[in-house]
Amino acid sequence: MTSGQLFASAGIGLLVIGIWALVLRRHLIRKILALNVMSSGVFLLLVGAGAMSGAGVDPVPQAMVITGIVVSISATALGLALVLRIAKTTGRALLPENRGQPPSDPGAG
Amino acid sequence: MDNRRYFGPGGWVLRVLLAAALAVVGAGLGLALTAPAGDPGLTAGVRAALPASGAGNPVTAVLLNFRGYDTLLEMAVLTAALAGVWSLGRAHRTRFIRPSPVLTALTRVLAPLFPLVCGYLLWAGADHPGGAFQAGAVLATAAVLHVLSAPERGPRLPELPLRLAAVAGLAVFLAVALGVMTGGARFLEYPPALVKWLMLAIETAAMLSIAAILAGLFLGGRPGQPDD
Repeated sequence: MTSGQLFASAGIGLLVIGIWALVLRRHLIRKILALNVMSSGVFLLLVGAGAMSGAGVDPVPQAMVITGIVVSISATALGLALVLRIAKTTGRALLPENRGQPPSDPGAG
Repeated sequence: MDNRRYFGPGGWVLRVLLAAALAVVGAGLGLALTAPAGDPGLTAGVRAALPASGAGNPVTAVLLNFRGYDTLLEMAVLTAALAGVWSLGRAHRTRFIRPSPVLTALTRVLAPLFPLVCGYLLWAGADHPGGAFQAGAVLATAAVLHVLSAPERGPRLPELPLRLAAVAGLAVFLAVALGVMTGGARFLEYPPALVKWLMLAIETAAMLSIAAILAGLFLGGRPGQPDD
């Protein structure tokens, strides 16, 4: 296994973990964290896959990942601002369909 | 019986279906990785076109020249995100206590280093790893430290310069992209004689803009007196 394949496999793992948490966690901050884990996985997958040919790291996926990192930061910031706003307005950082549920369920977060 | 136990968030049917779907996604991507490379990638193509790009660093060349459209739209996304965050309300107070003396002393020591590192990264981006994003992130760190280490109700980030800097990157990028069309070139097609200087102008404006936008996002709302 080349190092490119190793990075790309780790990226797939992060992507899967991120999607799992994005769907199952209820707290919005956890959902945003999950989105960040997902995007880190995608970046690792892109750069790792670009390094698999053996002829150095492909600059095109690298440039796309730099663009992606900046976009992901701004999306995170916008998401956090919205979560703050939701928490301020409703008192809880949850999506509307989860608001009727009991507040403490540590397993479901 | 409560259906939510089975289908709602955390329900076991949802978990099983999700696990199955993710296993398929993971296995499919993993299989794609082990497949023999059918295409050599774009490394050789980028290297061949590098002399005409106005930059020696292939990543910078891709970002600002070959795929300039991506970077232009990325600046638009950043500006839109800032507009979104600022439209939600005024900035919160970031702190309710006086900053620690360690933080203020450290900020004072680091302050002159930020512009230096930032300028170096911007200039080095042409031929080495570096560029507008890295330099902008360093400058944004300086702004964040400034906000955090200011005495309570002390100096804030200046509002008008922050607003102007936030849109400068997108404005300069668009002006250059459209300006080259007056010389008969296509959108974002730089004339070979000017390519290095046009890209430097875009990079500088983008750096200022990225720094201002990241700092503005950190504030969490419009600059000015907070609502509280």
